[in-house]
Amino acid sequence: MTLAVDIKHTLGKFWLDARFATEGGLTALFGRSGSGKSSIINVIAGLIRPEAGRVAIDEEALLDTARGIFVPPHKRRLGYVFQEGRLFPHLTVRQNLLYGRWFAPPAQRRDDLGHVVELLGLGATLERRPGRLSGGEKQRVAIGRALLANPRLLLMDEPLASLDEARKAEILPYIERLRDEARVPIVYVSHSVAEVIRLASTVVLLSEGHVAAVGPTAEVMRRIDLPPFAGQPDAGAVIEATVAAHDDRFDLTELTSRAGVWRLPLLGARVGERLRLHVHARDVMLATTRPTDVSALNVMQGVVAEVSAGGGATVDIRLDCNGEALTARLTRYSAERLRLAPGVPVFALIKTVALSGPARGGRNAETGDA
Amino acid sequence: MDWMSLSPEEWTAVRLSLKVAVVATLFSLPMGIAVAMVLARGRFWGLSLLNGLVLLPLILPPVVTGYILLILFGRRGPIGSFLADHFGIVFSFRWTGAALACAVMAFPLLVRAIRLSIEAVDFKLEEAAGTLGANRAWIFLTVTLPLIVPGIIAGMILCFAKAMGEFGATITFVSNIPGETQTLPSAIYTFTQVPGGDAGALRLTLVSVAISMLALIASEVMARFANRRLDVE
Repeated sequence: MTLAVDIKHTLGKFWLDARFATEGGLTALFGRSGSGKSSIINVIAGLIRPEAGRVAIDEEALLDTARGIFVPPHKRRLGYVFQEGRLFPHLTVRQNLLYGRWFAPPAQRRDDLGHVVELLGLGATLERRPGRLSGGEKQRVAIGRALLANPRLLLMDEPLASLDEARKAEILPYIERLRDEARVPIVYVSHSVAEVIRLASTVVLLSEGHVAAVGPTAEVMRRIDLPPFAGQPDAGAVIEATVAAHDDRFDLTELTSRAGVWRLPLLGARVGERLRLHVHARDVMLATTRPTDVSALNVMQGVVAEVSAGGGATVDIRLDCNGEALTARLTRYSAERLRLAPGVPVFALIKTVALSGPARGGRNAETGDA
Repeated sequence: MDWMSLSPEEWTAVRLSLKVAVVATLFSLPMGIAVAMVLARGRFWGLSLLNGLVLLPLILPPVVTGYILLILFGRRGPIGSFLADHFGIVFSFRWTGAALACAVMAFPLLVRAIRLSIEAVDFKLEEAAGTLGANRAWIFLTVTLPLIVPGIIAGMILCFAKAMGEFGATITFVSNIPGETQTLPSAIYTFTQVPGGDAGALRLTLVSVAISMLALIASEVMARFANRRLDVE
């Protein structure tokens, strides 16, 4: 499946001008609030009719203002999971789930209510009405409802934004199963770095209505020079790593990556599993000689690739560690004192404890598919 | 207790009133829903004109509304003569005319109740139904209509109660003919105009109060039932 999007549209003072193409998997539209991500997904769904643009799935145009094509939302066969669920309050969960099936042509109907109910763990809720469901259950029903309409593409607009951390953790595995088992192409809107790193195969980075970058997740998420990251606490690198061993004595997990060996607080992952680490730039320390007698367990060797010229007291420095990128945020003072410039060999130190905890993206940023 | 039992003429007035009110309510309902939908969702020039037209009977003196109906729907009126010639439908001095007068007078109340409930329906639910493959007609039937059932019930009860009590427009348009156009209020009015009519007026007043109370209780029960279905706490 190929999705091609090219939109030009004004929304009040806001000018949306976005163009990208993506192939299958889970494509994340990522950016801060107000960057135009939700508008783009609404254009794809047909809920917004832009001034100019083209949206096509595998060469079938859903929208082409130049040729006067506008396929109405109900004929697009796209599933849409809204941020607030939007379940029908007058129907039971079962009726909600089967709503879309009703309107599908018989040949395209899926007869796998049972499969979807099992996939999303909804067995106990079928006869209830949405008013009696928890936030997490509502969102799972919304996902199931969209899925059972047998869409060519699933659109998800911050489906986890209204949930607390525990509920998010409850839903994330189900989205991974959609991506990996059901193999439904997904366009996923999010402003959460952790979600994007865990779920996305492709990232479309948006900034003020424009596409700042498109590409594989790890590649896009380490771009320190781009507006959503420059100067923001979320800036960091995505490391693709493989679980090598668990150390029960010290409760540590050992991971290997191109950059070197990582030690993290014990993870629940199997040996051999591939996952992604999100290493925040602010957790990385630099030294120009190999440090000895330090407590930090993770020491990566590399060379300075790029020093971002930001204003203020800090600079972001991108390192090349044997082909793997790592970002460090230092004070401008330290950077000058160490004479850091492209080509200078350095050692990066990352405290193991900085890589733990869901908020830091350690365990949270793991994924079964990399 | 003899004074409590209704005379045949009084029964006729009660039955006629019920018939007129039921017919007025049922026939104005589809149009009431359509107009409420247009007023709640429509975006076009002339919307406020339509709104004013619908509300007009509420503000005009009932006698004026009745007189306008007489001019338009009377035997020689432009609409009345057309309907009589082509469809054989006659309103003037018939119970159907009473039903028309009641429907016109009650219409603003019906539309207002339904319109408010349509405006309370989350437009986003309808969008969601659209992304699931439902076209506009199906969205209306499967999402909007079930969600506005409480508003429709409230509107119908208001409409029925207004129709039961309508007097000014009815008597102006179709007069006060016993057995044909003499509804409860007209009958009560007639009793108050003749010597010794007090007992009859009182009996019909009690009937009127009882019917209104029953309608109110029915609306409460139905609204509660509808809300329970929607899980509104």
